[in-house]
Amino acid sequence: MSEKSVEELGFEQALEELEQTVRELEAGDLSLEASLDLYRRGQALADRCQHILNEATLQVEQLTADGEIVELGGD
Amino acid sequence: MRSLFDRSHSGTGAWTVTDLTAYIRDLFEVDLRLRDLEVAGEISNFTEARSGHLYFTLKDVGAQIRCVMWRRAAGELPSLPADGDAVVVRGRVSVYEAGGTYQLYADWIEPAGQGDLAAAFESLKARLGELGLFESEHKQPIPRLPGKLGIVTSADAAALRDILSVLERRWPLVKVLVAPSLVQGAEAPGQLIRALQWLDGRHDIDTIIIARGGGSLEDLWAFNDEGLARAIFAARHPVIVGVGHETDFTIADFVADVRAPTPSAAAELAVPNSAELMSLLTANRRELTKRMVGQLDAKWNRLDRAVRTLAHLSPRRSLDSGRQRADALLARLEQLFERQLDDRRHRLSLAQARLEAVNPRATLARGYAIVRLASGDLVRSRRQVGPGDDLTVEVSDGKFGVEVINGGTNSAEEKS
Repeated sequence: MSEKSVEELGFEQALEELEQTVRELEAGDLSLEASLDLYRRGQALADRCQHILNEATLQVEQLTADGEIVELGGD
Repeated sequence: MRSLFDRSHSGTGAWTVTDLTAYIRDLFEVDLRLRDLEVAGEISNFTEARSGHLYFTLKDVGAQIRCVMWRRAAGELPSLPADGDAVVVRGRVSVYEAGGTYQLYADWIEPAGQGDLAAAFESLKARLGELGLFESEHKQPIPRLPGKLGIVTSADAAALRDILSVLERRWPLVKVLVAPSLVQGAEAPGQLIRALQWLDGRHDIDTIIIARGGGSLEDLWAFNDEGLARAIFAARHPVIVGVGHETDFTIADFVADVRAPTPSAAAELAVPNSAELMSLLTANRRELTKRMVGQLDAKWNRLDRAVRTLAHLSPRRSLDSGRQRADALLARLEQLFERQLDDRRHRLSLAQARLEAVNPRATLARGYAIVRLASGDLVRSRRQVGPGDDLTVEVSDGKFGVEVINGGTNSAEEKS
């Protein structure tokens, strides 16, 4: 498992790692300390996902007739 | 009428082929009926030239006529005819001078008898179906968490606003790139295809949506374009088509990787629902906690077992057990003692009963008496007593005293 800081992860990465963490904890042949570490990381990953979702706003771009791509103001 | 005489009087009297053919062509072209007519027949020898012009023969049981349809006109057709199609061709009849033939210049072709779009739709659908364009094995899966969506639709129509509001609500994480296009009319298919191909050529796109709001069958006709169908089929990226309403089916729907009933539905199919994702997150959290608790339980159990095993092995336990055994023995001893006591008591009472059976008092009751001397000795012989001796007589209910009056041999008889 790549021990990237949770803050650096995108939503999908964080979600995938969260699911992986649950599976590892499920397997269960871990020391108590390792289990606790996994548990804490799992919770942090879930927090990260939730945070990203809560902060997200839709970004819309459009191709113009001149072949340029312009950002559309959120309406 | 003019030419025949004019030309016959000029030069050698023989016509050039060109002149004759031009003359014949003029005959055709002055005939109003041939300028604009509809001919019913069956298509054969159909070819689409590389130039885009269509060539075919229209025939019935008795005759046939060569036909040509220029590219511009052919571009207006919702679908191309095929050999064997019974059609009505509209156009004019004229002469093709270089070939020396007369032919029908077609402006429009539609299925015979029906004249409606549905038949063309069905025939294109059947043809593309046979080519395998609708096969599910060609359908690409839609990415679960797309980073960027490409959208082909009219830039300022309700369909786009619907799509964006669904995305905003469900999955605002996604980025959107809109490639605007006309969505109805003769130019629409070409624009739709170009917009689709432009998006498909990009590397930052995960899923493409082609959408249009509701409209009449004719309004939606651009989405029954064969070229568009083939472009959708050829797209590298998964394509979701959401055109019209629930009940509208277009060829684009069939060839799409996923058909959505409406533009909004297309947006819903393109992205996950953040509410669902939230509950997925919650489920993961719960699972995480459950697993952690499970782990802790397991550890506790192991600890518990170890503690019990330890207790099992400690000297204290053997002491305890010695004490317990002593208690048990003691109890058993008391029990035995009690039983022996009972036994004794029983034997005692038996002995007493037997003793009662030999009690001389029972004999007294039958009328016998026990006589004792004053000394208490039993009187067994007359020689033990003499006159004047006081004796005690015991009968069944008590004692009384008596005096010997005569008899006896004690003293007196012995003395005398």
